[in-house]
Amino acid sequence: MKHLISMRDLSADKIVQLLELAASLEKDPSQIDLSRKVMAAMFYEASTRTRMSFESAMKRLGGEVIAMVGTSGTSVEKGETLADTAKIMARYSDIIVMRHPNEGAARYVSEQVDIPVVNAGDGANQHPTQSLLDLYTILKSQGTLEGLKLALVGDLKYGRTVHSLAYALAPFKPEFYFVSPKSLKMPSHILNDLTNKGISFREKTTIENIVPEIDIMYVTRIQRERFPDREEYEKVKNAYIINANMLKKAKDNMKVLHPLPRVNEISTDVDSTQYAYYFDQAENGVYMRQAILTTLLGEAK
Amino acid sequence: MKELKVDPIKNGTVIDHIPAGRVQRVLAILKPRSTDIVMMGMNFSSRAMKKKDIIKIEGRELTQNEVNSIALIAPHAKVSIIREYQVAQKSRVEIPNCIEGLVVCPNPKCITNAEPMVTIFNHNESEGRELTCQYCERVFTADEMIHI
Repeated sequence: MKHLISMRDLSADKIVQLLELAASLEKDPSQIDLSRKVMAAMFYEASTRTRMSFESAMKRLGGEVIAMVGTSGTSVEKGETLADTAKIMARYSDIIVMRHPNEGAARYVSEQVDIPVVNAGDGANQHPTQSLLDLYTILKSQGTLEGLKLALVGDLKYGRTVHSLAYALAPFKPEFYFVSPKSLKMPSHILNDLTNKGISFREKTTIENIVPEIDIMYVTRIQRERFPDREEYEKVKNAYIINANMLKKAKDNMKVLHPLPRVNEISTDVDSTQYAYYFDQAENGVYMRQAILTTLLGEAK
Repeated sequence: MKELKVDPIKNGTVIDHIPAGRVQRVLAILKPRSTDIVMMGMNFSSRAMKKKDIIKIEGRELTQNEVNSIALIAPHAKVSIIREYQVAQKSRVEIPNCIEGLVVCPNPKCITNAEPMVTIFNHNESEGRELTCQYCERVFTADEMIHI
């Protein structure tokens, strides 16, 4: 594995290796020493969570970070091409972690430089480190990835995270409930792909009846601007707000996940229940990113 | 005797069954050399296509790779290699596995539309006429593609 650009490039074996390394690094981070290694964060778009999670991952293994955050005041504003900026960054660092609004930007940069490149989000296309930390979180909370029942809730039409997660889980024989308003259903090309892979799923518009059955509830935000009609948004918005009362009949092992930031789609009264796992999920991101950085820097033992 | 609207060629390549109106775009892709003698025919009548265009190139045998580069805009073209006025070889065009620098990605947010770079599309025979952008990973049908 030279770069991490897209979940499509990863075999099931490689995913399992990364999950195992993340678990091992969580237990004992001292086994890896990335001191004298420099990570360049090239963030053409604002992102607090992903960038700081990467910085924390690198620094906790002893590495250093240099960062370009946003393009204001940089050579990019003067008209420098992405390829030139990346080639310079590659002279300054040992690994590039990048986010860019254009789809395919990370793949392009990976062809231009001879150090490893990690895609930290390219427009609506891929965000593989999020998918991997989601898998790690599900594995950690359930003890297995095999045969789980998951409800993916919220904006399933535009949500890059849920699309990617559905594919990432496919090798592990999941059963999905896709819960969304009618206008934000999972795209048909993804449903077709899942059918072809023999994955079972059911589409729902409400969450209440399935709560007692599921192992994982993965919640995403419904954005008002996705609705052509304000009235329709007002009608459905409350149906997808998860509160503690709705979780009373949940199984003991059930966990609620969210890629964060949440706005109001998970009530704060869920935070103190045994089901809340989204803050652990954010922490797991550091271990998974440590596993990714270690592997790409050739330091995995 | 069948009337020949274009002179027969002694040696070279004939590309028949090009959709009417696309002959100039096909030539733009094939980029004839300044020494090639090229005959272009437009709007010939055709039983299967009603109207078709045709190209004859005297003195040059196109390779299968060169011919395949026109597969997106002339999917049903038939190619004959002519030697001593006889058809020596016939073939159909096929979409190549990799198409570099020939088409624009229809996704406006694709990096190929934002940076000075060459587009690359990948094609798998099992995918019919679908192509995947190497960069934004979106899938398009050949008919959606915009030629450069």
